[in-house]
Amino acid sequence: MTAPAIETQNLTKEYPHGFLHLKRKTSLEDLTMQVQDGEVFGFLGPNGAGKSTTIKLLMGIIFPTAGSARILGRPVNDVTMHRDIGYLPEQPYFYDYLTAAEVLDYFARFHGFSATERKERVHKMLKKVGLETAGKIQLRKYSKGMLQRVGLAQAILHDPKLVILDEPMSGLDPVGRREVRDIILELKNAGKTILFSTHILSDAEMLCDRVGVIAGGKLRGVGAPGSIVGVKSLAMEIVFELAGGGPLAERICAKAARSGASFRMSVDEAELYATMEELRGAAAKVISVTQIKPTLEDFFLELVGTDRAQAAAIEVSGK
Amino acid sequence: MSRILIVARNTFREAVRDRVLYNLVFFALLMIASAVIVGQISMDIETVVMVSLGLSAISLIGLLIAVFTGVGLVSKEIDKRTLHAVLAKPLHRWEFLLGKFSGLVLTLTVNTAAMAAGLFLAMLFVTHSIARGDLAVLVAVYFILLKLALVVALAMLFSCFTSPLLAILFTGGLYVAGLFVAQLRSLETTQLNAPTQRFLSVLSYLLPNFGNYDVMGAAAHGRAVPASLVLHNTLYTFLYCAIVLSAAAVIFSRKDLK
Repeated sequence: MTAPAIETQNLTKEYPHGFLHLKRKTSLEDLTMQVQDGEVFGFLGPNGAGKSTTIKLLMGIIFPTAGSARILGRPVNDVTMHRDIGYLPEQPYFYDYLTAAEVLDYFARFHGFSATERKERVHKMLKKVGLETAGKIQLRKYSKGMLQRVGLAQAILHDPKLVILDEPMSGLDPVGRREVRDIILELKNAGKTILFSTHILSDAEMLCDRVGVIAGGKLRGVGAPGSIVGVKSLAMEIVFELAGGGPLAERICAKAARSGASFRMSVDEAELYATMEELRGAAAKVISVTQIKPTLEDFFLELVGTDRAQAAAIEVSGK
Repeated sequence: MSRILIVARNTFREAVRDRVLYNLVFFALLMIASAVIVGQISMDIETVVMVSLGLSAISLIGLLIAVFTGVGLVSKEIDKRTLHAVLAKPLHRWEFLLGKFSGLVLTLTVNTAAMAAGLFLAMLFVTHSIARGDLAVLVAVYFILLKLALVVALAMLFSCFTSPLLAILFTGGLYVAGLFVAQLRSLETTQLNAPTQRFLSVLSYLLPNFGNYDVMGAAAHGRAVPASLVLHNTLYTFLYCAIVLSAAAVIFSRKDLK
């Protein structure tokens, strides 16, 4: 049996704070989770939930107060395994006196590629992230979105087994986000393991095999985006059109919302058949019947809903 | 080793592309030009004045670069978070530290060599010949370079555990204190109580002895510098830098980055 790609055991991070650093603030508490080989795992949580702290601990940028973590079966302090890891930091920043091609070449050198191989890989990556024509411009002239693309390019430059992306969609316009989503899917199809943090729930629903929701430094749930929210149906949505009138039709219309020529009505699951009978009686044309399931967003908001300030930080793009 | 060189090469490239460095080189050339002018209006001591001024300028400019750039070598990378992507590569933190140190020392070597070349050209301009005694100037330049390497190591050590401003103050303070090590050792013979004498004695050996690198007087007057001093200063610098950089690596390896 192969080891999980990522495994944490009671991972905890506390920071000293206060005037004399005598108080402790817990950023991450007892995180125990696994990311399996070959899966796309979304790490969800509002700003300040502990997502970046976890990723920094995995990458050896900060050190745990307690607990342990292993990547690809090896402890995180073993930097040799970084050969097999690609990492995109949150809001990446690179040497602004270098061009994108130079930065990628610099990073490629650490992986021991020959000059020819470096040149080929740099060209390929710049093309992949849409910076082919901007490769010879110094990074100080780059926008935030362009830097994000450079960050993604350096993360996958060496064809790693595991890719860790901290807020990969941050700073990108809709086209950029779509391109990043495509790259993540491409990596997934190539059998790579991907861990990415985000607070954009639609991205997680679209890309992830499993998600972990973290809030207040604690892991609140792990599972497939569909299953984590529970299978209980909230309601059924019926979309229909009404050609005729009459008292029955008026009664039905009173319960529905009109949208152009069609009507939309939500009913409890138990009332579905009775409502369908009424619609048949009123000679309505049923367009669709859809089960309304709680979304990841509902689950997410429920977890963090006690704190309105946190909820306000959630970006539910496209909703 | 190759990973250290990769970081060193990039550090050198950063310095070369940094316009402040060019300004300092320009300043050095200006200082040397001034030395030539002063040398021309001095009676028979043109070479002495010119060498003294030239070496002082090389030392001062080198110190400014060593302290300010040395402190920023690590702290700037932490502040700007450029370090995050770098440390995600198969690179140990001590390798990064050593690479940054080597890169700046290489920069200082090139910079110092350029200024020394300017000084020799100026000397040639005034005296129309290079005498054997002028070799002492080369030794003095070499000592300045050794001194700068030690200052860079100290600046990097302090920047690993304190703010850039404090690191500059600590490095500057230690440099000034290090100039008076010989005087500190001579205090042992005065009427001090035993514990104070012991403390000062230990302190005088712990402090970097920057006074040892000053052979400006000998160089200006064309006196030869003893080979034993060259060997002593070389070994002393390597050993002291190794200790300071090891301490910096230990601290940096355990440091939580932002």
